[in-house]
Amino acid sequence: MAKNLPPTYDKIAKHDVFPETTHDERARYNFLANLNKHLAHVSQGNATAFKNRVQPKFMEEKGRDFENKDELGDAMAKDQHYQTWSALRRCTMEMRQQAGRSLTYRQAAELKEKVNKLNQGKDSLKLNDEVKVPPYLMAVDNHLMPGSYHTELFEGDVSNAANYDGGLFVTTAGLLGRYSDGGGKAMADWMKANNPDFKPKRILDIGCGIGHNTLPIAKMYPDAEVIGIDTGRPMLSYGHARAMSLGYENVKFVQAEASKLPFEDESFDWIQTTMFLHETGGVSIYNIMKEIHRCLKPNGITMHIEQPQYTDDMSMYEKWIRDWDAYNNSEPYWSKMHDIDPIDLLEKSGFDREQFMQIGAQAINDLDDGTQKADEPEDHGRSPIWNVFGAWKK
Amino acid sequence: MEDPIDYISIASNKPKGARPYFFEDPAVERVMNITMAIGMELAVMRERMDSIERLLDEKGVVSREDINSYTPKNKQIETERQQWHSEYISRILRIIQQEMEQMANPDKTLHEIADDIDKM
Repeated sequence: MAKNLPPTYDKIAKHDVFPETTHDERARYNFLANLNKHLAHVSQGNATAFKNRVQPKFMEEKGRDFENKDELGDAMAKDQHYQTWSALRRCTMEMRQQAGRSLTYRQAAELKEKVNKLNQGKDSLKLNDEVKVPPYLMAVDNHLMPGSYHTELFEGDVSNAANYDGGLFVTTAGLLGRYSDGGGKAMADWMKANNPDFKPKRILDIGCGIGHNTLPIAKMYPDAEVIGIDTGRPMLSYGHARAMSLGYENVKFVQAEASKLPFEDESFDWIQTTMFLHETGGVSIYNIMKEIHRCLKPNGITMHIEQPQYTDDMSMYEKWIRDWDAYNNSEPYWSKMHDIDPIDLLEKSGFDREQFMQIGAQAINDLDDGTQKADEPEDHGRSPIWNVFGAWKK
Repeated sequence: MEDPIDYISIASNKPKGARPYFFEDPAVERVMNITMAIGMELAVMRERMDSIERLLDEKGVVSREDINSYTPKNKQIETERQQWHSEYISRILRIIQQEMEQMANPDKTLHEIADDIDKM
């Protein structure tokens, strides 16, 4: 019995605005999901190359070990295995984008129409032309998605959002579940299990994108009003239509910028971000956290799902390889964010130091049939294993 | 209704930021990218063939067992199939044949030929 096979693309959950796919488009995604999975194994050769030849060669030549990540990176960049793995991984990301873009842009007009039909006359979608896309999002196309979250090739174009929706499943080889909502589910489950008496009435999800991690929270707390904000219009329009199609009634999608929240002081019980902070910037992250503190009610909570922290006991090699996505998969703040101490970030934003908490989280995957975990190497930047930090506001 | 967009060209747009190259020679990376894309299309075709075979089997037209155990029934079919392989391989490895021809009969460069022609 073969192990570690990703689920086929047809297992992804559909909804009324989900892009149609042909047989060959699904086959292309099946190939790419398998290729991603395969490359996670190929990536293990980097550590072997480092240990067996790159580091020994450097020490022999210089008579000392690496002093910093740059020195280590320069030496690894010359290694044949690292070059091959890197080139293949970059290539795979680019092929994933192309496969998704070709299938969504060919049906761009239909997607717009489907989204409009579901959004029409609904006051739970609030778009605002005055909201500007922040400079940190304009500077780069995160994870090599041309046009990022905000580009519309014509008025009302949602193609990039649809590309994102289907593509997550491929990039993560289905490990986030049928709705790619494994992160939001993990968060909602943690909250319910650890804080059974917490009854949030108003919840904010910042940088919600298409709302894939917002909806599990709305489902767990059906009596709460859940608001997702983002600056990407296509993401909000598509995300709202997606939520409508899936029958959610307690979710709103609002176009707003995280460092200028259009909400009153102390108006939320819970403010969440999921895989959002690493796509912000070095100054903005502090402004955003201050806004979160302002908008939280006393005894409210903020939680942030992020990439695993770099710890002191982590080797220089480990920290360096975890930076790969920052520079080669266009997630530039991913690396820089590791220089920030989350305790310091929260304290500077007004939270009490003693309230800081940190937990590990793993995606809750409704597609997991038990055949996928054995001997699975951790693929940095792809594995659904995260660090979650946050604080109660006292 | 908007003007139809050129989704074929849009699909291949580059993201912001200069692309990192990992091999010393960018040509190697270029060839790898093209080869991987073709590899993917072969996998797509293989999956399509699998669908066709399973559908034929399900509908009782041709069983998968029939396909698996198929062998050419006569010399003509055998020749046609082997010729296809021969031509296919020759097509893929064209550049090697051309390099061998050049080795056997060293040829002038086009710059040299241009200079020659200039005098003709």
